[in-house]
Amino acid sequence: MSSIPSGMSADIAADAPATTQWGRTGEQSVAVGSGAGDRRYLIGAVCFAVMALMLAPIVLSFFTSIKSPSEASQSPPNYLPHTLSIANYDKIYHFQAGLPTYLSNSINVAALTILFCLLLAVPAGYGLARFKVPGKEGWFLLLLAGMMIPYQALLLPLYLMFSKLGLANTHLGLAIVHTLLQLPFSVYVMRHAFEAVPNELEEAAVIDGCNSFQVLWRVLLPVVKAGVVTVVLFAFITSWNEFLAALIFMNKETQFTIPIWTVSVRTGRLGAVDWGALQASVIIGILPCILVYVLLQKYYVSGFLSGAVK
Amino acid sequence: MNAVSGRYVGLLYAAPAILFVLAFLVYPLGQLFYTSLTSASLLGGGEWVGVRNYVRAWNDSQFWTSLLFTLKYTLYITPILMGLGFLLALLTADNTRLKKVTRGVIFLPVVIGLAVSSLLWFWLFDQQVGLFNQMLVDVGILDRSITWFTEPTRALWAVIFSITWKVVGFGMILFVASIQSIDREITEAALIDGAGYWQRVQKIILPLSYRTILLATLISVIGSMLAVDQFIIMTAGNPRGQTFTSVYWIYQNSFVFFKLGYGSALSIILMLIILGFAAAQIILTRRRAET
Repeated sequence: MSSIPSGMSADIAADAPATTQWGRTGEQSVAVGSGAGDRRYLIGAVCFAVMALMLAPIVLSFFTSIKSPSEASQSPPNYLPHTLSIANYDKIYHFQAGLPTYLSNSINVAALTILFCLLLAVPAGYGLARFKVPGKEGWFLLLLAGMMIPYQALLLPLYLMFSKLGLANTHLGLAIVHTLLQLPFSVYVMRHAFEAVPNELEEAAVIDGCNSFQVLWRVLLPVVKAGVVTVVLFAFITSWNEFLAALIFMNKETQFTIPIWTVSVRTGRLGAVDWGALQASVIIGILPCILVYVLLQKYYVSGFLSGAVK
Repeated sequence: MNAVSGRYVGLLYAAPAILFVLAFLVYPLGQLFYTSLTSASLLGGGEWVGVRNYVRAWNDSQFWTSLLFTLKYTLYITPILMGLGFLLALLTADNTRLKKVTRGVIFLPVVIGLAVSSLLWFWLFDQQVGLFNQMLVDVGILDRSITWFTEPTRALWAVIFSITWKVVGFGMILFVASIQSIDREITEAALIDGAGYWQRVQKIILPLSYRTILLATLISVIGSMLAVDQFIIMTAGNPRGQTFTSVYWIYQNSFVFFKLGYGSALSIILMLIILGFAAAQIILTRRRAET
């Protein structure tokens, strides 16, 4: 990180004489141009340094997860493993109800969240984008209201409601909360995806005798695939990572999702932190997110920008 | 499809989502407001007490401690996230291969879970086995490794450090998009006029990114005001309740002490504060657009 400030001060020094008479002198470009080659190497070096800093925590965590349990808890710690072992992974595989249970809990909740988001947001986006609906923008704002109201504040009434309905401690209940979190974004993305489709496509289908549902299912859905992928991707990430609602709603050990499970790995059985096991569980929690991100980065970044910049 | 039936067909398609929002957002919101005016707790109660819960919040010193701590956290972390995010955006805005990869790597921690990343940093900061501590010792910043979570200010900075790592890519991506959308002609004209790099940043990129900066700041402020996961995991409110955030204090009252009425009142207060920030942002954006 230390190379950034020095790079900056060099630049400021180069520009200093002209700061008050911006746009008047021609010498500036010459001054900058002469150092352009060095500067490119400097910028490259800064890029690599930044990447190393950002990746270090994850890499060190992975290294610690494959140390032997005693080396992982040793003080002072080693950066690189001196011993290699899968004992930490083996330990968390059998921790409490067993890793398969927790993985399937998280996958169930995420799958339900994805399903609900699609079932609600695809028709809603279609209805608001392709039809003249009375009070359209009002309905749209109502669907986006969740963006302005922090879900943290709604967890208490939702908890009371779910207790009455028998939804507390169920994957269905947690998936409803995750859907609530993710619905505004999903509706927003789907409405814009449907609005971007040219009218001709729809008109041709109507002339061929398709009703509005057939138009949606056969004609439009294949065209808005990118929107659907974005909705699925974000619903998965949100649900997989969500902590507070899962902490509050899932009281039974066998119902825990992965984030709650990692916290209970830290607490462990005896109170002392088992550092190797903890890092193994951290890696398990991170891995699906990284995989999804690397594979679908294009959708992720564009979806992210469309969600934020509106 | 004729025009008249079409109107209701569209609404019909939106109906499931609207019903979902009415059932799980609007109704609970009403319930929350009602509960905040009662003495409900796990043991029963639930008589009407008017604004007593709100008066109680006013007199609750832990509520103020938590709110001030949350504001402090927000006040410290937001300029760091925005400033660093903007510098990283300047560094990586060109679409060369190296810079695209750098951007991708900086953004990576945004997609991993806050709970998991907090556990990761809880380990890195540990006095006995933490490699961040070890690194500070090895490069000579510290004489020996220290405990980060036993003293409130130090705990606050540890959390800020970990969250900066986690979300700095968020602002960066927004700023990169904003920098890339600047008309090439403007930049070229400035270059011909002999503007140096930092002059272009100051006179062109910063002013033209105003809306994005405001937006990113708002998202960051709201996110920080609602911070809770990282504190539950890294500090647990310790020492002596000095690192409770607002949402954490709501969580304690609602789900640990089961003071449902009081927890509801705290939730309503927090919601109003958040809406206040959002309104301020909208006013700022409008005012700028008019001038």
